[in-house]
Amino acid sequence: MNRHVLPVGFIPLVDAAPLIVAQEMGFADEERLTLDLRRAASWSMLRDMLVFGQVDAAHMLSVVPVATALGLGGAMAGLEALMVLSLNGQVVAVSPALAGRMQAAGHGFDFTDAQAAGQALLAAGQGLRIGVPFPFSMHAELIHYWLDGMQPQGLTIHTVPPPHMAKALAAGEIDAFCVGEPWGSDAVERAGAALLLPGSAIWSQAPEKVLATRAGWAEAEPELAGRLMRALWRTARWLGDPANRLTASEMLARSDYLDLEAEVIDRALSGLLITAARGAELHVPQFLEYHAGAANFPWRSQAAWIGARLAGRFGLDVPQAIAAAKATFRSDLYRQHLGPAGAELPAASEKLEGASEVPTPAASNRGKLVLQRNRFFDGRIFDPMPAG
Amino acid sequence: MPEPLSIVVVEKDRERAQLIIAALREAGATEVFVIAEDTGLARRIAERRPDLVLVDIASPSRDVLEELALASGPLERPVAMFVDRSDAGLTRAAIEAGVSAYVVDGLRGDRIKPILDAAIARFHMFQKMRTELAATKAALEERKVIDRAKGLLMRARGIGEEEAYALLRKTAMDQGRRIADIAQALVTAAELLR
Repeated sequence: MNRHVLPVGFIPLVDAAPLIVAQEMGFADEERLTLDLRRAASWSMLRDMLVFGQVDAAHMLSVVPVATALGLGGAMAGLEALMVLSLNGQVVAVSPALAGRMQAAGHGFDFTDAQAAGQALLAAGQGLRIGVPFPFSMHAELIHYWLDGMQPQGLTIHTVPPPHMAKALAAGEIDAFCVGEPWGSDAVERAGAALLLPGSAIWSQAPEKVLATRAGWAEAEPELAGRLMRALWRTARWLGDPANRLTASEMLARSDYLDLEAEVIDRALSGLLITAARGAELHVPQFLEYHAGAANFPWRSQAAWIGARLAGRFGLDVPQAIAAAKATFRSDLYRQHLGPAGAELPAASEKLEGASEVPTPAASNRGKLVLQRNRFFDGRIFDPMPAG
Repeated sequence: MPEPLSIVVVEKDRERAQLIIAALREAGATEVFVIAEDTGLARRIAERRPDLVLVDIASPSRDVLEELALASGPLERPVAMFVDRSDAGLTRAAIEAGVSAYVVDGLRGDRIKPILDAAIARFHMFQKMRTELAATKAALEERKVIDRAKGLLMRARGIGEEEAYALLRKTAMDQGRRIADIAQALVTAAELLR
């Protein structure tokens, strides 16, 4: 097996860990791969680097491949997800002024009850402006899913680059935001933001980042795709072990990666978040998941949920959108490349999203699969194959 | 004579912005506005109602422009990443030069091309300057390290500057390494032993 240098793109975020750690800890090396890690400044830049072949794979928002398949956004070529790199890891935060009004009205900032938090948020102001990192992101989808049903008055969603979230909040450009760590904690430190909810309180198993490639690349380069996927899957397993947390934070903190204090990064990796400038440390279960419960499996039902939500918002045909979305999450390639490597493969490639209140055993090749708690805040269940 | 194209350039650096404006004027563009602020970028651009927006590809603010591509109100003019399928080569050239162009829907390619060509040439120059600057900086750093290593050798062995340099060069040649690397190793070792 010849050594191969693979150009791979990432955005400096805590959930870029699988790619960075794969290179740093030698998981890529085990597969005779050198990951040439290219840091991008924006999601659109990373998407274009992937489409135009400057990188062959990228750390990507889970919604982007689906949106591209539905003809939304500016991408010129199809993208697909070979595996899920992480679940959740987002936070919703509000400005100090808004937090003050919500507290005065009796909201307790318990960081768990999304229903109560949503109602308190909407009661505290009309015409709220909420920042998200990208128009096609799990952040935007979670905000819409959470608030659209509560009849918000004049609520608007704006794109704000994550490193600018704290500044935009302080400048009064936005009243609240949903972003991936470490940028929520950054806004707590720098702009007095108050964390209102973790993304997992809205959907406890939201696929956040995927390993994206140009459609067809993995079939054209099956050997290379397999090596990359195996390296990342083993990295995810390593990241899933709490004992490795501190090593991972130190690696990510380096200036060529996230260039931030390891302590701030560790908050996301440990799920121990400081929710306000003078607030207490809260432990959030399922805050950010790299591996457990077949987290890396690209469930077609996850893609279907994203497709259905986008179709609803942009007025597209829902069954068609669901079909197009499912095709972008390549559970078939995951089975082909990671089954032999020892991954737990679920018997089905779709599941009812939001249907498990507690960790639930599921049928799989090795019989050891336990799916994590999977709930939407409103208790609804999403069936990826509606009748008729 | 068609209406002059209205162009917005998103650029923080004043000097760079002026160079871009000059290049665009030469290519025939008359209405060029520069926005240097990140805050309220979407609003500022919408107010200008430009035909074309140029932004450094390495700017995190680029994602804000993606949102403008979704504007769908009757009075809003959608701005899209320059995605003329007939001219993927031009888009690729732009991306490689480090500029991204967002163009109002329906604007014809032949009107955009000269402008975009000029912008691409200008951004190529910026990239070259950036690379050169980085190379100069690295060379200066290396010179400093070599000077420090020379000083260490002169003091430790009581030799002259030329002899110290010759010793560094010989060691580098014997080990098949660069003089700067040998010098760095010596400086690091000396710091550890201090």
